Amino acid sequence: MNLVIDVVEENNKSVVNLSGEIDAYTAPNLKESLLPLTQKEGNTVEVDLGNVNYMDSTGLGVFISALKSTKENGSEMKLVNIQDRVLRLFKITGLDEIMDLNSTIRGVTE
Amino acid sequence: MDDMIKVDAANYKDLMKHYIETQDEQSLYGVEQVSKTFIKNNILPEEIVNLHIQALAELYPNMLEDFQHSMDFLLEAMIAYGMAHQEYQTLREKQNELKSEISVAASMQKTLLGTTKPTIEGLDIGVISVPAHQMNGDYHHFVKGKDGSLGIAVADVIGKGIPAALCMSMIKYAMDSYPEESMTPKAILKNLNRVVERNVDPSMFITMFYAQYLPTENLLQYSSAGHEPGYYYNASADSFTEIESKGLVLGVSPATEYNQYELKVDKGDMIILLTDGVTECRDGERFIESEEILDVIKQYSHLPSQEMVTQVYKHFEKLQEFELRDDFTLLILKREV
Repeated sequence: MNLVIDVVEENNKSVVNLSGEIDAYTAPNLKESLLPLTQKEGNTVEVDLGNVNYMDSTGLGVFISALKSTKENGSEMKLVNIQDRVLRLFKITGLDEIMDLNSTIRGVTE
Repeated sequence: MDDMIKVDAANYKDLMKHYIETQDEQSLYGVEQVSKTFIKNNILPEEIVNLHIQALAELYPNMLEDFQHSMDFLLEAMIAYGMAHQEYQTLREKQNELKSEISVAASMQKTLLGTTKPTIEGLDIGVISVPAHQMNGDYHHFVKGKDGSLGIAVADVIGKGIPAALCMSMIKYAMDSYPEESMTPKAILKNLNRVVERNVDPSMFITMFYAQYLPTENLLQYSSAGHEPGYYYNASADSFTEIESKGLVLGVSPATEYNQYELKVDKGDMIILLTDGVTECRDGERFIESEEILDVIKQYSHLPSQEMVTQVYKHFEKLQEFELRDDFTLLILKREV
């Protein structure tokens, strides 16, 4: 299964729409697209995981390095529309407490 | 070998002659066999075309000149294929070399990370760890303290294969350097977190569940660094509950503190520890849910722990489209009745 990565750049904001599966095969591509966005100072990177139904720990590794990169470069990262199965992984690993996560469907609440 | 090629070359000519005259299947089968010997002996495509040209010239000395030229043309066209074939042969040899190097590394890893399942009075321990590829990124470790306590670590390095395996050796040596009796699970995780944070690539991290069993009090003290939650089987209630523990994975944030929890273990109770290779098992497109894993464990719970873990793995392995995507480690502690 593939991962489709679509990046929309706005002013100081990059929206990354993902759809498919994030695993050992697709994670390197995600890393390549995501890391440069977090290296721009003042940039907010919003990753939409609404269409990601599977992620393994390799995917978590990509988000951890992106998080570290936001701290080094003065940017921000938000993960939105996370599906339950994927959210569980963030909760087990304790990453939900140090990352900006939002599992609700955009536009419904908040 | 040259003689053999001569024999095959003669054979080729005869078969071709026969085929031109009769078009029978038998000679086609014959040439198939000859070409297999050619491949085995690294005969290149252009050499076969050359052989064909010679055979034709011998059989039909009055062959059209234009046709002869076209065959020479074909010969030239085959040369690049011959080179590609040679390159393929070289790659195959290299691949075999790498494979054997990795298998040496894998057996070295086994020795380095080896741990002996200890014998503790009143406690029945079973453990199985199956790598998805040659090298295992899962790790479990037992430490028997002089005070009779038992330390148990179950860990999973994210990332698979060789980098994960190398990383595990580092963890193991860090743990070996601790004065085991004096350290609580939360102190061990705090310490390991610093080691991992300093020494590992930013995209790598490790999850670990560390538990200490105190046989005199029948007490399990534990902390988790983002590890897949284990299960507690309560014999008197005949029920499984998730072992509650929360904590950040190792290697993300240097100043992380870990909570420590404890659990009273009564007669017949079980502690089930695992890695996400167990919960990430798939049967075709379907994930195996944790209820299903617990059902299977329960089904075999009358067996000694070691047989139990083996049977549980076999159960999932037997599923028709079972695919082990990640290393699989399952550890069961049962307090004997």
